[in-house]
Amino acid sequence: MNSSFLLSITTFIYGFAAFLYIAFWIFKKPLPGRLATWTVFLAVICNTIGIVLRWVESYRLGIGHAPLSNLYESLIFFAWTIGVVYLVIEKKYKNRVIGAFTTPLAFLAMAYASMSPNISDRIQPLLPALKSNWLIAHVMACFIGYAAFAIAFGMSCMYLFKQRDTEGKSNLLAHFPNAKILEELNHQMIMFGFLFLTTGIITGAVWANSAWGRYWGWDPKETWSLITWFIYATLLHARMMRGWGGKRIAYLSIIGFCAVLFTYFGVNYLPGLHSYGTS
Amino acid sequence: MLSLAATSIIGTIIPQNENPAAYFQAYGEFLYRLFKVFDLLDMYHSYWFQLLIVLLTVNIVVCSIDRISTTWKIVFIKKPIFNLSRFRSHADNEYFVDSRSSKELKDIYEPFVSRDFGYIRTEQTDKGYSIFAEKWRWARLGVYGVHLSIVLLLMGALIGSFFGFDGYVNIPEGEVVNSIRMRNPGRTEPLEFGILCEDFNVSFYDSGTPKEFRSSLTIIENGKPVFKKDIVVNDPLRYNGINIFQSSYGSLPPREVTLSFTSKKTGEVYQKKAMIGQPVDVPEYGGQFILRDYVNSYKFRGQPIGQAFTGILTHKDGSSAEIVLSLRFPNFSQMQKGDMVVSVSDYAQRYYTGLQVTKDPGVWVVYSGFILLIIGCYITFFMSHQRLCIDIVKKGKKCRIMVSGTANKNKLGMQNKIKRISEKLVDLTNSS
Repeated sequence: MNSSFLLSITTFIYGFAAFLYIAFWIFKKPLPGRLATWTVFLAVICNTIGIVLRWVESYRLGIGHAPLSNLYESLIFFAWTIGVVYLVIEKKYKNRVIGAFTTPLAFLAMAYASMSPNISDRIQPLLPALKSNWLIAHVMACFIGYAAFAIAFGMSCMYLFKQRDTEGKSNLLAHFPNAKILEELNHQMIMFGFLFLTTGIITGAVWANSAWGRYWGWDPKETWSLITWFIYATLLHARMMRGWGGKRIAYLSIIGFCAVLFTYFGVNYLPGLHSYGTS
Repeated sequence: MLSLAATSIIGTIIPQNENPAAYFQAYGEFLYRLFKVFDLLDMYHSYWFQLLIVLLTVNIVVCSIDRISTTWKIVFIKKPIFNLSRFRSHADNEYFVDSRSSKELKDIYEPFVSRDFGYIRTEQTDKGYSIFAEKWRWARLGVYGVHLSIVLLLMGALIGSFFGFDGYVNIPEGEVVNSIRMRNPGRTEPLEFGILCEDFNVSFYDSGTPKEFRSSLTIIENGKPVFKKDIVVNDPLRYNGINIFQSSYGSLPPREVTLSFTSKKTGEVYQKKAMIGQPVDVPEYGGQFILRDYVNSYKFRGQPIGQAFTGILTHKDGSSAEIVLSLRFPNFSQMQKGDMVVSVSDYAQRYYTGLQVTKDPGVWVVYSGFILLIIGCYITFFMSHQRLCIDIVKKGKKCRIMVSGTANKNKLGMQNKIKRISEKLVDLTNSS
């Protein structure tokens, strides 16, 4: 049993969970909902084992390092954080419909990692620049932030659907949490993500200072993470100072998540220090 | 009222002003690509961009100062003010009824409340008691911590750009340098000490990707070695506020090589040491061979053959021929004409190490800004100034208890907390 195989299985479990959540949302039967929760739980466990196994395997190959060093490994970790954060939310807010909008994201991340021909799942040795204890702190903080933003994105979409239908006509939207809770959750997730994005940028800066002697170099990834940071900062200010809410915040949250995606994937096509993320 | 309106107007400027900054950066990214073609790389140091940063900073400072006086009055107050009628008029208060006297209830509730809230005060009302409590009043200052941290970051960057430097230097193995080349502007500056590179090593993984670059450095002051360290990427040398980082490397021509002369007639092999430019006598024939040049990547009929020496073999009769000695393919020499085959049998590879040398006295200001930023964000997002009011009112023979609370942030969370507190109070009164 190797980690890549286990992680491929995990992909399908996430896919199945997403399917169950959507089934639960559409047919409103409690059984698929309960099943979905357990399936996500199982997927997160498999995902965890996969990550740990990969870590162990890298040590067996004699190039031991935390499995956070390339695009494949980061996607796996991304899916894992989405899964964990979602489970916490489900437990806290007791609403399973949110799962129909978040577990597909975890599934997509895993599927992209496992299926894309451009992404190698081989365990590669670390480049000299990546050999640092900051690697774990930096990547973890960034991806917890990204996952929170991903979930905020899911909630914003839900909010936009929900608030269109104020009279509760639509059957599909009946089981959505009410708009106020969605908005509040969206805000909570963004604050949570913002804190971790900040931490991620900062740990990256400290790391850069210890590796290259400068904490900020206007590398495309750095610049884009700053842009993302500015977008979410704008959102937070707009909400707190101007009392923005509802639709406008939801749209800003979606724009913010697009910036996250570009920071994550798009920047790889621009040359820079973070270009190891391409393979 | 007027000042409140003014603050809200200025407050609204922040998001608007952040937008163009982010926007220009996004836009600048494409310009950056375009500029690269025209070798105009420095847009992030351009005046308009820095002007934007300064504007943003001024904005943050002005808004913060403008708003902080209001917050200051709330936070630094000797006796917190609680408005009972306002608590009573809240929509989502919790109520329950108990048959004990208001004094008894007060004595049960007080210790429970003081466990979670830092400040507690009980006031007697005309029909019972009101317990007021609050905590995390200072959390209202969190946002100013965040703003201050951003000012600190920019100040640190400013200090760095005025009093620091950023340069680089290449040191061949075994040599000492006393000056470095500045990155911006590109001039050479002397250092207060010398850097000796004793040794440089590069190791590779089996796949051929580099594994580690390691330079053994010694700092030399007044002719004496004072500090020694092996540096690798991510582990720089720090001395007297100056940081030395491993950043690149390259190979240098070997100083001395061992040549082997193989006689085609007798099959005899002769080994001789040679240095560039110094003629070597060729055995048996008495001709001469001069190592002329070292080429890092030699092209032979268009094919790259890697590192190679060129030399001139002069025969006794005066005729001469140019010879290419490949280091990677020693058999390459078999193609030579003549009676003696020359090849390189041994050489010591020499490297130079590429170091980045920086000094940044502002880095500690930046780092404290970082720490303040994280703490400030945490306080701003997850801690709120919470106020609680438990109002015990005598109603006939029983008491009606009202639990009410406010928070300056996360109102939904506070609402849930009030519900929880109310449930606990019911439990508490039932069990005692």
